[in-house]
Amino acid sequence: MSAKTQEVKQAFLDALSKIEKMEDLEKIRVEYTGKKGYVTELLKEMKSLSHEEKKTFGQEVNVLKNEVNDAISQKREELERKQIELENSLMPEFDISMPADLKRGSYHPITLVQRQCEEVFKSMGFAVEDYSEIVTDYECFEALNIPKDHPARDMQDTYYLENGQLLKSHTSAAQNAIYKKYKDALVNEGKAIKAIFPGRCFRNEATDACHENTFFQMEGVMVDKDISISNLIFFMKTMLSEVFQKDIKVRLRPGFFPFVEPGFELDISCLICGGEGCPSCKHSGWLELCPCGMIHPRVLEEGGIDPEEYTGFAFGLGLTRLAMMKYGVKDIRDLNSGSLKTLSQFTDDK
Amino acid sequence: MFLSMNWISDFVDLSGLDKLELINKFSLSTAEVENEIFHKGSDISGIVVAEIKSVEEHPESKKLHLLKVDAGDGELTDVVCGAPNVRVGMKTAFAKVGAKIGEIEITPRKLAGYTSNGMCCSEKEIGISDNHEGIMDITDDIPCGTDLKEVYEIDDIIFEVDNKSLTNRPDLWGHYGIAREFAAISGRELKPIPQADLSAYENLPKVDLKIEDPLCHRYSCLRFGNITTHKSPVNMRIRLFYCGMRALNFLADLTNYLMLEMGQPMHAFDSRKVEKIRVKRFDKPFTFKTLDGVDREIDENTLMICNDNTPVAIAGIMGGLDSEIVDDTTSLTLESATFDAASIRKSTVRLSHRTDASMRYEKSLDPEMTTVAVARFVNLLKEIDSGAQIISALTDEVAFKYDDVKLDFTKAFVDKYTGIEISNEQIVKTLKSLGFGVENDGDNFSVEVPSWRATKDVTIKADIIEEITRIYGYDNFDIHTAVVPVSPVRTQVEKSDEDRIKDILVKRYSMHELHSYVWAYYDDYKALGIEVEKNVELINATNPNIKTIRNSIIPTQLCQVKYNVGYDSDFKVFEIGRTVDGFKDDGLCDEQKKLAVTLYSKTKEMSELYFELRDILAVIADDIKHEKLSFEKAEATHSWQHPKNLNKMICAGKVIGEIGIANSVVSKNIDKKANIVFAEIDIKEFAKIKNAGISYSEPSKFPEIEIDLSFVSETYAPIAKAIENAKCELIKDVSVTDVYADESGKSITIRIIFAHPERTLTKEEVLSVVDTIVSELEGNSIKLKNGLPQ
Repeated sequence: MSAKTQEVKQAFLDALSKIEKMEDLEKIRVEYTGKKGYVTELLKEMKSLSHEEKKTFGQEVNVLKNEVNDAISQKREELERKQIELENSLMPEFDISMPADLKRGSYHPITLVQRQCEEVFKSMGFAVEDYSEIVTDYECFEALNIPKDHPARDMQDTYYLENGQLLKSHTSAAQNAIYKKYKDALVNEGKAIKAIFPGRCFRNEATDACHENTFFQMEGVMVDKDISISNLIFFMKTMLSEVFQKDIKVRLRPGFFPFVEPGFELDISCLICGGEGCPSCKHSGWLELCPCGMIHPRVLEEGGIDPEEYTGFAFGLGLTRLAMMKYGVKDIRDLNSGSLKTLSQFTDDK
Repeated sequence: MFLSMNWISDFVDLSGLDKLELINKFSLSTAEVENEIFHKGSDISGIVVAEIKSVEEHPESKKLHLLKVDAGDGELTDVVCGAPNVRVGMKTAFAKVGAKIGEIEITPRKLAGYTSNGMCCSEKEIGISDNHEGIMDITDDIPCGTDLKEVYEIDDIIFEVDNKSLTNRPDLWGHYGIAREFAAISGRELKPIPQADLSAYENLPKVDLKIEDPLCHRYSCLRFGNITTHKSPVNMRIRLFYCGMRALNFLADLTNYLMLEMGQPMHAFDSRKVEKIRVKRFDKPFTFKTLDGVDREIDENTLMICNDNTPVAIAGIMGGLDSEIVDDTTSLTLESATFDAASIRKSTVRLSHRTDASMRYEKSLDPEMTTVAVARFVNLLKEIDSGAQIISALTDEVAFKYDDVKLDFTKAFVDKYTGIEISNEQIVKTLKSLGFGVENDGDNFSVEVPSWRATKDVTIKADIIEEITRIYGYDNFDIHTAVVPVSPVRTQVEKSDEDRIKDILVKRYSMHELHSYVWAYYDDYKALGIEVEKNVELINATNPNIKTIRNSIIPTQLCQVKYNVGYDSDFKVFEIGRTVDGFKDDGLCDEQKKLAVTLYSKTKEMSELYFELRDILAVIADDIKHEKLSFEKAEATHSWQHPKNLNKMICAGKVIGEIGIANSVVSKNIDKKANIVFAEIDIKEFAKIKNAGISYSEPSKFPEIEIDLSFVSETYAPIAKAIENAKCELIKDVSVTDVYADESGKSITIRIIFAHPERTLTKEEVLSVVDTIVSELEGNSIKLKNGLPQ
């Protein structure tokens, strides 16, 4: 290598080693490989050389040119890498341990348990029905075989309105309308009546931690040609196991309700202790959960269904009670309080 | 109601059977038994009968006595005793050294310097009464040293049945009826009720008796004289006490004992006060003093037992003070009657006085039992007081008889109802054990319902199913699913609309779902300055604060917003609930279902909050129905509404609700620093709107043309209207890009995007559409601000 070339190369390497910024690199790129750059200028010196020398020198300069270009791209990559490293180092470490902002909406706990129940019953082919909150004496009592002098019709238990209507005291008040709605499909098309009807109920009583004048129930009925007590127990056990998502033992005891015959009180194995006995089941191993029974023939008759041909069962689940059991709500009044401190906790529960 | 296993065992031999297991079966087959079962006497041992042989005063104590008692050991025992009723020759209950009373074991103990080798016990200490005035005074002739439990029924199992589970079973309000259930459950025989033969007294004069009112179903009575016993036998008193009744005097105890045994309430009058028994009601109200000394207001609906025209008892509820048995009573008249159940219940409610008797009468007692109870009474009386005399013939008037109930059914009916196989033999056996008359021919059954079940309880075939299955045991049922044809079950539109609205509000807008009450709370409304508007009223609410049913959820929701002030600077709440808008033409309430939404904010401007709510509503309409909302100015008509910015919400041509701002007074009462907006939608109306569905149009592959136009206009509505009227298919989108207001007025800048599906648009055809729009607006005096675009 000629001394001249060597000199340029050395000068370049010296300059390059000092470069720390991209714009400086660009500067020396122009300085050396630009049209008037040192390397380009070297070629101008070829004029004074012999043919042989020209060839050698030309090759020499080309090598240098490539070396310079390579060194520059290498340096560029290095600077780029350094830049990224710098940028990376500038990115702060976030404090992931900071609490999450969960500001989100909430469903009323009754909506949550109601949806869970509806889901189970819908999956078994039950229709979900809705019914008014203000009903007639006929719907609430008469059609349900509750005679005029029955204690359930006492003024002190039911909210009566000035026109003789009343705030429904149980979801059973919808039974008659449901039978009438579906009886033609039952008789003409052989479609079993399978329906649930959740709804708000009212009792004219003083409120405390365990009593509310406004609460939710969910009634269910199934009517067809051969619906039996055996079917009733099967469905209750199956449905409740689904609702509570565990295998539930059920136990039936005789219970008296005018609109069923036979009527039952249904107990489930205690959800806390599983039947061993604990304080929440008063050491009995059982929890009284829902009244049920075979629909009273007169009730079917009032609904336009021939009780000689058809039988059915009905049950009433206390949705409010279920919600309280499920979420451990101790004061029933919290549910209607509108208190966001309480209610905002029920975000979703599927 | 408390029940005694000893008493039940009088009527059915349960020896060798596990009593607790039987009680559990009873709970599963008959009526609910409370969890706690009492093992009476189990914590008592070593108590014997002892005679006090000598009594000396304690030298230093006024209360204590030094006794020598004979406890049957052959020698006398020194005892220190503080009871006031000690006397020489008295027999008492004596806890010997080593005896146990509850947790205490009796040991020799020094009392004020003297050693007591045992303890004389009061009845309360032994647990057989609440008498603690002195030590037990045993008058029965029992040898000293006899274990008390050998002579008295101190050991017993007592269980409690929930009265509510007996409402339909008048036959279960006494031990005999319960014993019948135990007989059926255990398969053992029920013994007949011991009765005296009353025909022996047929020739004696009858009591002058007349039922003058059909509310009395049957009245049986008998007169007695020469009763010398005043205190009931110990075992009778123990049973009464264990079953929750205080022993009073022999006659009162005996009537109570009969009631607890037979379920038949009885009353004993002083015969001098009931010479002519008349059962009737009075035309006018009056005051009557019952035997508890309380003056009670009797009205014309209350049935009374009278001595001719003088009332002596409130029928089925309580006797009068004047006709009560007193010290010089020599003859008594025993009443055993039945009355109309509903009438007794109503009288009980009117008088606010529920008694053990009325509780039973309310259940429709069997009229056939009145004379049986009298015969049992005589049987017991004679056993205890052999000198007692019967001085009248059984006098029995029947004013009402229940029809005999006969039911026919087949095996197929039982199979269909139960879904399992229960044999004919088992059906017959079960029904017979419960007292039913059964005729069985192959698969056909004919059943005669016993009188004690025929007053209202068993009237139809389905009732028989219950009898068969409950004794069969529901735990023994083989359970299986029902086989029914399947068909699709569609969710109803209203229901799915509700669910989707809730999801949108909770999930997309972080709203909180609340529940409130269906009536207006006067105090809460008043505190906010909200007027309770005239609407349907409750006529019997116990809470004076509630009377009127709400006609909108908004005011109740505003009350809840007030309750939550301080929860956060901003929150959004909603509820789907019911309201009533007066009466319909048919006289029934016009009930509606509404969605109410309220937004509360301390950080947002009123307009920002208002439009936030407007957009939420628009999303609901668009998401669920694929419809646009339009609005129409409305007049404020309610005290909670601000006079401005109240707008009717219109969807698919239907008014579905309103959006507005809280009235300034109400708003200030809630929170001076917050803005509050609300909206209410009629869910049933909304549900009627058909879902327009997604209308897809393929995006044009050709360039779009954007035109920006600024109009001087106070509102956007006429601009939108003009664009709509142009009915141009080339318009793909319209948006508002700027709203600018200054002294000269308000201007609205819109951007219209034009596109053609199949070719590139020409500027001319676009401008011609723009021209149509601009012309229409100019016709309405809405001018372009900067002239037409070129």
